[in-house]
Amino acid sequence: MTQYERFLDTFFNPAVMAQYFPKIVEGLLVTCQIAILVVVSGILFGLALALLRSYRWAPVNLVIIFFVDIFRALPPLVLILILYFGLPNVGLTMSGYIVLWLVLTCVLAAFSEEIFWAGILSVDKGQWMASRSTGMSYTQTLLNVVMPQAIRLTIPPLTNRTIAITKNTALGMVIGVDELLNEATTAQAFSGNATPLMMGAIAYLILFVPVVYLGRYIEHRFAWRKV
Amino acid sequence: MDALLQQFFNFDIMMQASPIILRGFGMTLLLCLVVIPMGLLGGLAVALASLSPIRAVRWTTIVFVDLFRAIPPLALLIFVSAGLPFADIRISPFAAVCISFLLNNSAYYGEIYRSGIESIGSGQTDASRSTGLSATQTMAYVILPQAVRNVLPDLVSNTVEVVKLTSLASVVAFAELLYAADMARSVTYNASPITFAAVLYLIVLWPVVRLLSRLENKIEN
Amino acid sequence: MSYGKLEVLRGIDIDVMPSELVFVIGPSGSGKSTFLRCCNRLEEPATGEIIVDGTSITARGADLNAIRRRIGMVFQSFNLYPHLTAGGNVMLALRKVLGKPKAEARLIAEAALDRVGLADKIDNYPNQLSGGQQQRAAIARALALEPKIMLFDEPTSALDPELVGDVLNVMAELKKAGMTMVVVSHEMRFAKAAADRVIFMDGGVIVEQGAPADLFANPQHQRTRDFVRQVEH
Repeated sequence: MTQYERFLDTFFNPAVMAQYFPKIVEGLLVTCQIAILVVVSGILFGLALALLRSYRWAPVNLVIIFFVDIFRALPPLVLILILYFGLPNVGLTMSGYIVLWLVLTCVLAAFSEEIFWAGILSVDKGQWMASRSTGMSYTQTLLNVVMPQAIRLTIPPLTNRTIAITKNTALGMVIGVDELLNEATTAQAFSGNATPLMMGAIAYLILFVPVVYLGRYIEHRFAWRKV
Repeated sequence: MDALLQQFFNFDIMMQASPIILRGFGMTLLLCLVVIPMGLLGGLAVALASLSPIRAVRWTTIVFVDLFRAIPPLALLIFVSAGLPFADIRISPFAAVCISFLLNNSAYYGEIYRSGIESIGSGQTDASRSTGLSATQTMAYVILPQAVRNVLPDLVSNTVEVVKLTSLASVVAFAELLYAADMARSVTYNASPITFAAVLYLIVLWPVVRLLSRLENKIEN
Repeated sequence: MSYGKLEVLRGIDIDVMPSELVFVIGPSGSGKSTFLRCCNRLEEPATGEIIVDGTSITARGADLNAIRRRIGMVFQSFNLYPHLTAGGNVMLALRKVLGKPKAEARLIAEAALDRVGLADKIDNYPNQLSGGQQQRAAIARALALEPKIMLFDEPTSALDPELVGDVLNVMAELKKAGMTMVVVSHEMRFAKAAADRVIFMDGGVIVEQGAPADLFANPQHQRTRDFVRQVEH
């Protein structure tokens, strides 16, 4: 075998590819599923926290800020390991899937709360006054006047942050969630061949390159950088 | 409640595990000292290449950046550490971490530098070139100092992410903080060592996160 | 000179004498600024030749950086480096282009800032200076390199009216000291008082030129007449 043939046989082996293709696709679907769940629940949770924070009830805000800081400062893998290995011993057993979803949801919620909150603060005070002067309540003003303006500013940073956190679905491998990375490494171990790793890498690119491009497009589209 | 405390905040177990955990903490700091400067320099190179006058260099750089922004960092780390041996390249876990972090972090830092450089108006280049400074001197003495200052919060924020990312090294058996804590966890059947690790991460990162969120809200005001 | 696909300047052929102050006027978009930026090749002329102090700056292989430091330029928006003090702004090219040691560069910077009346602002950052002071610091930055010629691109257009006088005074002093200057500006009163020659540009060509007294009092072309009438009212 030449050098080149050996390379192909190790990294792009057709037989291995055919054998593990279904597994890789299964893993890709699981990754997609968790990703979508995390994006929806994480952003909604973060939005709810930011709206709640805007009422400025001191004790509530303290709790929100504490929550946000913790989930911004801790590595997600640390949180995943604590919950996955700690909770069963106190009688609460959660599947790896649920732990992964819960942790990533909280992390995304923490980051998106900060982004939404910065957006709310950025809306000019005059907008509040104008709206309140027409007889609208605080909540009406927040939902009808302030948020529509704030959301626009939050879209570029929120997109980038969401992409970064969604990629953390790969951490599921560590606690046995049968997502893409787990399927790829398992297949690599069984086959003794690097082809499944290549398939995994390509699958990630197929999944995330369009998302990264979407992020780029949105950043240009909504750019509000000062000149 | 008591069971919770026993399971997550068991002080005795924490003390027992503290020598190995603190050693792991030292390794995490060491790892940071290697990968952060590497990422900052790699990112600068990526940013300068992405603004190159040569189109081929620009496009290659954009492909590089998008590729490594699209692959999850853990996946990249595993591909490097499990994939390279198949190509008869044997590397230590430490080297695997450094290589995959360099690729991933350069892409992210690079995007930050680039947006900073693009935020500087062309008048600064005009003024600098009109006094006879070369293009390289203009970049080094006029554009970059301002660009870095403009994106300093983003650079700090990304550095926090890099510190958090070092926890991934535990997956390829590099004996850093989380690896040490998880070892202790598996021996004691108790999650307190990981809580201990979490506290150490918080001691380092919480002040920075607090500072960042004050900075962000100040800018918005 | 063409810019993108659009030809901006055509057939500009002028000589500027040593110690002459040439004043360029014209409606916006007439190519005045582009002409000025060609003079130190911040803008690349497609064809033609520009000779400064006996050296062709459009020649192939011309040492642009060496040439540029002999051509001072002052911009409408000052373009001071915000991360450096007034002194730092003046010293940067002295140190990096001329390779002067720090102490010597500082002495030169002090003298240059003193010349524009800002000796006491050497350690202030641009955001601690008024617009007029910033523009004077920018003039000092160019002066410190001992240029053979100074190019002014609407130096007072971005200033509040009450700050314009300071900058014009500095320019008048330079003229008195024998500096060769090309000024693009709308300050007609200054043109009348200090210019040796006024050039009226429109649509990328020189429509007419002459001594200020002649050109303002007795313009030859209709376009010049229209423009002069407009700016005088």
